[in-house]
Amino acid sequence: MSYEIIESCVNCWACEPLCPSQAIYEARPHFLIDAKKCTECEGDHADPQCVSICPIEGAILNPFNEPANPPGSLTGIPPERMAEVMAEIQSR
Amino acid sequence: MELKVIGQSAEAGAQGGCSSSGCGSSSDQLGHLPEHIREKVHNHPCYSEEAHHHFARMHVAVAPACNIQCHYCNRKYDCANESRPGVVSELLTPDQAVKKVMAVAANIPQMTVLGIAGPGDPLANPERTFDTFRQLTEKAPDIKLCVSTNGLSLPEQVEELCKHNIDHVTITINCVDPDVGAKIYPWIFWKNRRIKGRKGAEILIEQQQKGLQMLTDKGILVKVNSVMIPGVNDQHLEEVSKVVKAKGAFLHNVMPLIAEAEHGTFYGVMGQRGPTHDELQSLQDKCAGDMNMMRHCRQCRADAVGMLGEDRGDEFTMDKVEMMDIDYQEAMAKRADYQAAVTATMEAKREQKAETFIPLSSLKRSPKETRPVLMAVATTGGGVINQHFGHAREFLVYEASQYDVRFIGHRKVDLYCSGGDTCGDAETTLQKTIRTLEGCEAVLCSKIGYEPWEMLEEAGIQPNGEHAMEAIEEAVAKVYAEMAEAGRLDEPRAADQIQAGA
Repeated sequence: MSYEIIESCVNCWACEPLCPSQAIYEARPHFLIDAKKCTECEGDHADPQCVSICPIEGAILNPFNEPANPPGSLTGIPPERMAEVMAEIQSR
Repeated sequence: MELKVIGQSAEAGAQGGCSSSGCGSSSDQLGHLPEHIREKVHNHPCYSEEAHHHFARMHVAVAPACNIQCHYCNRKYDCANESRPGVVSELLTPDQAVKKVMAVAANIPQMTVLGIAGPGDPLANPERTFDTFRQLTEKAPDIKLCVSTNGLSLPEQVEELCKHNIDHVTITINCVDPDVGAKIYPWIFWKNRRIKGRKGAEILIEQQQKGLQMLTDKGILVKVNSVMIPGVNDQHLEEVSKVVKAKGAFLHNVMPLIAEAEHGTFYGVMGQRGPTHDELQSLQDKCAGDMNMMRHCRQCRADAVGMLGEDRGDEFTMDKVEMMDIDYQEAMAKRADYQAAVTATMEAKREQKAETFIPLSSLKRSPKETRPVLMAVATTGGGVINQHFGHAREFLVYEASQYDVRFIGHRKVDLYCSGGDTCGDAETTLQKTIRTLEGCEAVLCSKIGYEPWEMLEEAGIQPNGEHAMEAIEEAVAKVYAEMAEAGRLDEPRAADQIQAGA
């Protein structure tokens, strides 16, 4: 089982040095996690490190394929508010 | 009563008093700093108001990672047309950054300072940041190095910072109260965990204060940046100013919150407003009682290049830099010549001001109290009025009173005249520019067109092109004296009269 980085990753490098298994590597268009190496930080840390520092909601999926940091969980912006404001900007 | 035009009487000069072109005799610039500090900052555009007219800086974006989240920042956003901290177009490796610095320093002789400010937190990327500093210390020894941080990792990095000959550090401190902090910082990453809310803010504040003390104990100059967020920390920043001053910070820079929904930041999306010009100035004035205040900050991008208020980053993208052939020794000599010439000019101006003090101060004035007046100035640098009204991207705002002339801040405007094809929009943009100048009673520029002249007059702002190429403070003082003589200072502001009549 492994975490996975998806396309909303902004390549900020924050997770890469934290991984205790060196499973994270720079790639294009975004960073990737080597699923064979990822241990979910078990035995090393209480929380998975990449998930704990990633600033982008939804950029990392947990082993169940769900966003490890779901919308609103990091920014505090309620998802409905975000949707409303984005729709307003689109309509300008 | 004396009209201290530039605040540099002969006596003040002899005491090594303030030399800032923008400082007047007010207590909020660098004049009160000890000699050894002024020596360090005299050619640093970000620290010295006077220096920013003559010297340039650049930031290299080598530090992408961040260890905290601020409600005014969004790490997703990267737009070349946007200018604010945290935004960059191109992330650089330390080797690329060094090449870029060498190229810029060879082409812009005004360049004195290299800063690392992001786009994340430089100290959350210690290897990249310090590798860049290490190489530059060796290859560009005449460039001053500085770094800007949120402070979370600062205490553990102070030792390393000292090794790199960095004598300027900026810490962004928005609060000293964790309850306020909880409204600004949703989380921090600390000891392998994400810590949310008040608890995270408490740790951040503790680390910032500890880091500040460690730096000042070691004699490193520390400037504190604070973002003014109305309703969140505006009442609290006076306290912050006191606390950081007590810990030895030499300069406090209170900046307005930048928040637009388009930026996708918490504050932008939630509709948090930034402060008005008046609110910002009023807070800066309150903090000035306790602290040296800075008012010329342009809130640069983490990859800005050039004089403050301009960005020449486009001329130095990595693909262009790779093509440049640079003789760094020759460039360094050229830079030394240029900078020596500027320093000499600054000195000469200072002496001239000391001489002009007496004739200007003997100008005829109304014997009773006259109210202070705000004036906007169009300048491209050099401390003189030398820009066409329509070309100004920003105006410097000065307050003239019967005691002195002091620099208040700058106001950015949309450029309304690009010399041709966009003229269809001219009127609305001009209207916007005039709104930006709200509160000012005169605008001093080298030249101005007929149409804006009329519109400014209608808005109660007196255009003035009579002082082209003159030193800013002297010209502002002259205009103030003329206004006093004409009896205009006995009346309320023209704009208020227009409003009252409307």
